[in-house]
Amino acid sequence: MEAYLSLFVRAVFIENLALSFFLGMCTFLAVSKKVETALGLGAAVIVVQVITVPVNNLILQFLLAPGALAWVGLPDVDLSFLGLITYIGVIAAIVQILEMTLDRYFPLLYDALGIFLPLITVNCAILGGSLFMVERHYAFGESLVYGFGSGIGWALAIVALAGIREKLKYSDVPAGLQGLGITFISTGLMAMAFMSFSGIQL
Amino acid sequence: MNPDSKRTLIEPIVDNNPIILQILGICSALAVTAKVAPALVMSLAVIVVLALSNVFISLIRHHLPTNIRIIVQMTIIASLVIVVAQVLEAYAYEISKQLSVFVGLIITNCIVLGRAEAFAMKNGPWPSFLDGIGHGLGYSAILIIVAVTRELLGSGTLLGYEVLRTVKNGGWYEPNGLMLLAPGAFFIIGLLIWAVRAARPEQVERPEFRIEVVHRTEVI
Repeated sequence: MEAYLSLFVRAVFIENLALSFFLGMCTFLAVSKKVETALGLGAAVIVVQVITVPVNNLILQFLLAPGALAWVGLPDVDLSFLGLITYIGVIAAIVQILEMTLDRYFPLLYDALGIFLPLITVNCAILGGSLFMVERHYAFGESLVYGFGSGIGWALAIVALAGIREKLKYSDVPAGLQGLGITFISTGLMAMAFMSFSGIQL
Repeated sequence: MNPDSKRTLIEPIVDNNPIILQILGICSALAVTAKVAPALVMSLAVIVVLALSNVFISLIRHHLPTNIRIIVQMTIIASLVIVVAQVLEAYAYEISKQLSVFVGLIITNCIVLGRAEAFAMKNGPWPSFLDGIGHGLGYSAILIIVAVTRELLGSGTLLGYEVLRTVKNGGWYEPNGLMLLAPGAFFIIGLLIWAVRAARPEQVERPEFRIEVVHRTEVI
């Protein structure tokens, strides 16, 4: 239990996907002008991340890893080179299924998250989460916690940045820094603030 | 080379740079630039994937049903990235370890899918190839500028060779550790955008909100 808690805190704060690994930056900068839309996108990322990281973990364990196909009598097969294409396929499929399910059974939720779901397939935070899961050899339980934690961390970062940008638009920044430039610099300051979490050990 | 293809090749490098103007492919530009060597390898990998994916997608563009085009494009890009990742693991194992997940993340690099959609779907293989190389070079230019700045200021070296002698080795330069960390990357790109826009004012974004001086008499 303690190990899971520590992994969760690390995924949210210390190894924040957006601010210390720069993942999902394109959407992070493009969709952070208003807190409301940032919240919607953040929620969508959490949902997709919680589903895709554990599913990819199962696929890795039972289909792709060296010796994983022993249960069908093929212990010598190593399909790990197919990893990248499988993970992106799984992510695209899950996003599509999620979109259809929400549209059919939860129309209210679909109205709130629907427009963000297609954006998420190409959000590198999602693929990055699965790839980190592979690289760090997480077990199934850990992958569930990691998916949830990293999703929350990303959502937290984008909502915080949107809050800053809502106020920032009233400030008088130099012409060349207007828009993208000043956003980069404020994200840098946020990343600096998040680095102060790096001493936390549970 | 005729002027048209020359323009396709040159334009993305400064005037329509994918990173600082189109805001595409920023993740890896920030993540792999703490040292110059991984940045160079990453640039090369992106140029190869971008040029080849543009060529292949342009070749099949007339046979591609519109409603499944994205998934076909993703499959082509993912296969190319797998090839590049395997080649890197075989011939440059150390660097591929340093790049960790970011080679795989070329799949979701928006420049690749963006060029496939915007250019390769409408043009022949040769212009698409040039467009891929051009955008790859525009991406590489930013990557290399950022990596040189970060490595030089952060550890006083370039490609591992000592340029500024650090205090630890008996020299005069006190390395700025911030450059090697995440915030340094954000600051450098922010300042770079400022520099480019100062030189080319037409790229400046319009402010959403402007504070105006209003004379009291006008209000009344």
